[in-house]
Amino acid sequence: MKPEDFELFSTLVKQRSGLILTPEKAYLLESRLFPVARKHNLKSLEDMAQAVRARREEPLLLDITEAMTTNESFFFRDQKPFVLFQQKLLLYLLSARKEKKHIRIWSAAASSGQEAYSLAMICLEEAAKFQGWKIEIVGTDLSREMVARARAGIYSQFEVQRGLPVTHLVKYFQQIAGDKWQIKENLRQMVQFREGNLLTNVGVEGVFDIVFCRNVLIYFDGPTKTRILDTISQMMYKDSFLILGGAETVLGISDKFKVVPGAHGLYIGQDSTYEL
Amino acid sequence: MKSCLIVDDSRVIRKVARQIFEAIGYSCTEAENGQTALDLCKTALPDFVLLDWNMPVMNGLDFLHGFRKLPGGDVPNVVFCTTENDLEHIQEALGAGANEYIMKPFDADIIRGKLEQLGLLES
Ligand SMILES: C[S@@+](CC[C@H](N)C(=O)[O-])C[C@H]1O[C@@H](n2cnc3c(N)ncnc32)[C@H](O)[C@@H]1O
Repeated sequence: MKPEDFELFSTLVKQRSGLILTPEKAYLLESRLFPVARKHNLKSLEDMAQAVRARREEPLLLDITEAMTTNESFFFRDQKPFVLFQQKLLLYLLSARKEKKHIRIWSAAASSGQEAYSLAMICLEEAAKFQGWKIEIVGTDLSREMVARARAGIYSQFEVQRGLPVTHLVKYFQQIAGDKWQIKENLRQMVQFREGNLLTNVGVEGVFDIVFCRNVLIYFDGPTKTRILDTISQMMYKDSFLILGGAETVLGISDKFKVVPGAHGLYIGQDSTYEL
Repeated sequence: MKSCLIVDDSRVIRKVARQIFEAIGYSCTEAENGQTALDLCKTALPDFVLLDWNMPVMNGLDFLHGFRKLPGGDVPNVVFCTTENDLEHIQEALGAGANEYIMKPFDADIIRGKLEQLGLLES
């Protein structure tokens, strides 16, 4: 690929999604953009670069941006954040929100929905404690394709075995074909999925008690991380919780949050007095 | 060192599984059907059993029934690893006392993930 074409695509992707593409990633760019070129009847990436320069048509720009996202996810990813959610955060909110009996949870950069559904499964397991409560779970992602997949709640045999205990498979899924499993209706109704871009229109409104934003900041540069953490902090209460991925932190990036000692990946607002 | 008994009539599968388990520090023994496996277990119980379903002589389910009746046989984790991939088989296996269930094809990530869930491996 010509350096100026690489530059064009990587700038576009950076502006639109925040994703940083270094020149070593040129091969990745090529393999992911070929299908987009074909879909838009463009013969080569050079032609596609030309089309971007000449017309800047929204559908093409969107497809290019989405093609460069990495959507890997699995149920109960890394386990620990979900144990924390079940054993600590929900219990904290059970008393802290006992007047309003309403909890809002946001899975930001939800990809194909495994994180949001894992949280919903835990909420069902804990349902006895939350009789009469309203628990809202929303997942957002930039990728329209991922949002559609998340809504459908259909996963391959491979996906339902990564991280998901088999007892949960039996309880919360129905087998719709030999190797396809769908989240049961009652669980799907607990979760909403919307398109949203963390850089611009995040796709949800209001204030959240718990925000999971995992394995997405790693793709961004410092200023972009700071900006996104700022946005999220404005959508949290004084005592809300933020959970980041295993390789992510707020340290040196945002002064809106502080670490909770002893809880890896859990962050709280500067004014929160929560401790484990 | 923890011990793992791999029960599968396919030599290839046993070899793949052995490599995965040895890499995480298990010592492995192999059996090519449920009967051989059960005989081995009467001498010494393994800490963990990876169990195929369809095998000649004695299938995995019959092995599991016999295994759980052995003295101390209620303790080890038994995980099915089979091409039987329908809900009915899974429920039958759980009913018979299986701790987890892997649908073939599997890879190292799936096995490790299941071991983490069972608390046998740090994530
Ligand atoms: C690796 S997945 C993480 C999924 C899930 N949170 C997890 O940890 O398993 C990253 C997701 O971030 C989404 N993404 C990337 N940039 C985004 C942005 N600017 N706004 C919203 N989502 C974005 C991608 O579409 C992708 O689905």
